[in-house]
Amino acid sequence: MDTGSKKTWDKVITPRNGWFDLHLDELWKYRDLICLFVWRDFVSIYKQTILGPLWYIFQPLLTTIVFTFVFGNIAQLPTDGMPPFLFYLSGVILWKYFSDCLVGTSNTFVNNAHIFGKVYFPRLTVPVSVVISNLIALFVQFVLFLIFYLYFLINSVLIHPQPAIVLLPILIIQMAALGLGFGMIVSSLTTRYRDLTHLVSFGVQLWMFATPVVYPASSFPDKWLWILSINPMAPVIETFRYAFLGAGSIDLQSWLTSIVITIFVLFAGIMLYSRVEKTFMDTV
Amino acid sequence: MGDTVIKVENLWKEYRLGVVNHNTLTRDLQSWWSRILGKDDPNSIVDGRPQTSGRFWALEGVSFDVKKGDVVGIIGRNGAGKSTILKILSQVTTPTKGVVRFNGRIASLLEVGTGFHPELTGRENIFLNGAILGLSKANISKKLDEIVAFADIEQFLDTPVKRYSSGMYVRLAFAVAAHLDSEILLVDEVLAVGDIAFKKKCIGKMGEIGQCGRTIIFISHDMTQINSLCNKSILIDNGKLLDYGDARTITTKYLDSVNDLVEIKNPNIRSAIPANFKKGPKIESVSISDTKGNLKTCFTSLESIVVNLKIRPELSAEKQFSAVWFLHDHSDAQIAVGASTPMDTTTYPQSTTCLSCVINPISLLPGSYRLRFVFHIPYHEMFDDWPNAIRFEIIESDVNQTGYSYPGIWSAQQYVQHKWK
Repeated sequence: MDTGSKKTWDKVITPRNGWFDLHLDELWKYRDLICLFVWRDFVSIYKQTILGPLWYIFQPLLTTIVFTFVFGNIAQLPTDGMPPFLFYLSGVILWKYFSDCLVGTSNTFVNNAHIFGKVYFPRLTVPVSVVISNLIALFVQFVLFLIFYLYFLINSVLIHPQPAIVLLPILIIQMAALGLGFGMIVSSLTTRYRDLTHLVSFGVQLWMFATPVVYPASSFPDKWLWILSINPMAPVIETFRYAFLGAGSIDLQSWLTSIVITIFVLFAGIMLYSRVEKTFMDTV
Repeated sequence: MGDTVIKVENLWKEYRLGVVNHNTLTRDLQSWWSRILGKDDPNSIVDGRPQTSGRFWALEGVSFDVKKGDVVGIIGRNGAGKSTILKILSQVTTPTKGVVRFNGRIASLLEVGTGFHPELTGRENIFLNGAILGLSKANISKKLDEIVAFADIEQFLDTPVKRYSSGMYVRLAFAVAAHLDSEILLVDEVLAVGDIAFKKKCIGKMGEIGQCGRTIIFISHDMTQINSLCNKSILIDNGKLLDYGDARTITTKYLDSVNDLVEIKNPNIRSAIPANFKKGPKIESVSISDTKGNLKTCFTSLESIVVNLKIRPELSAEKQFSAVWFLHDHSDAQIAVGASTPMDTTTYPQSTTCLSCVINPISLLPGSYRLRFVFHIPYHEMFDDWPNAIRFEIIESDVNQTGYSYPGIWSAQQYVQHKWK
């Protein structure tokens, strides 16, 4: 053995990860794998279905129709003067993206235990691929939104697109980061506490009602407004509606707060995730 | 010698036994809260047994270096820690203490077909599986034809793998694995699956990889495989590295040590005599030895084996019985038979208490074999059947005194004496 010589090693395995071991370079090296995971998710979901990817459109469309009927026509919730259909459609699409990212990511460790137990690849590829898969769905659904949007724009005077439309990419990135962050926190904790798996889908459902999806923030009772101010998803949806439909306003302060919360959640998620990913095979 | 490509230093791995933690958030919080307040943990074990008692060390200070181009076999009994080492090297889990350093790209095969998705086609799965194992898309495209040819599944390439037969599935899975181009390959006992012909093909392919100067670490229970593939071997027992060196030396040593252990008992005394047979003579124990009477379980090709049976006599209406032995190889195929029947002009009275049989030089190739014994009256009465009576190993030997021995990887089981002119 060549002792003494200062040898450089390509890879060193040590007992524990640091608190923040990101290895983005490694993730980049495995970009093909991320693409293939996205492809796998896309193909496997719609194999042996008649409508195939059309489900991307049907799901939000039907939800929106039901919401319009139940919340708009029966409950007669206000929509800040926006066309109810567009109002609900925008809320449903955005919320669906966020919740799909969160729920999809939150199962990472438990669902992939059999793969993670047999071969090493950057574990972050799985949640990242979930976020990207959902981005495809979001894109398709956004095109659907645009079609209705243009229809209303031509036929109606109720909507006023704002220059804030350019903020759209930031909003999408923020939702992705939020879903990813919360999802990673949950998936890291589920390796020890299985209770959380039951909580997640249920919790996300309840969370929707604490977010201005089926009602505008302006109709929220004043003494409960603090709920919206700590809910990082609320300003995202509000800002989106303001930018496209022109009702309500951007509350810059609450949006900045939500961005800070998002960054915090994302970092907390990555920290927990990289802490858990190395040893979870022994505990899962 | 080449450079050191893997350097394992003082590797320890601890596993916790039993319940890992309370598994519910509230109880963990309770424990944590009471620790902060300095109170007793309400969830600690009441009888005062320290919680660390439920731990065990799967690896205890293992260190070794592997040089470039080495093919290293890790051997040891079940639970010795072989798989734990491989899991740590392949980064599936982390060591509790110790450091591992690598030079070069690593690929690990703890299982073939990891990440195969049943709904995807063969082609799609080749890409997915290849990417999981660390191949780039371009690289897989380049090797696609080769992989498909190796797996022999051309016609089914665009069929979802859920419709594949299990053999096709495994062939496809291994074909991808066999085309990994990493410099270091870690292989668990993945060759235990698949039909024999394909197994040989895979072993051949692995041998090829080894000759290309790649480094392979390989776990197997099959000593002949280790001997034919590896140039070095690591012997592990109870989490400790017992020996590291030339493969043949180590495997022989291991087989010797195994012979001393309970795994192969010689003589093998039957724990319970089955009651589901007709009244008649029953085997109590069996032993095997060489012609000089030395008990042993490792024989070389062309060595006679002497079998001694102890019998509990039991008289039935019949006065005689016949004994039969069957020889099975490690894949359980029956490869030889011998009997004392009226055809062989030998039957025994039922009062016999011991029997012996000299099996003439069996020209078996290296491997693990077992003997089964049956006492019966042909086509009439069954008195006893002991399928796992005794196991023995045939080890490689230089039968022709040429300085070389037949490797155990040939698909033949037998070596027949012959003469080329």
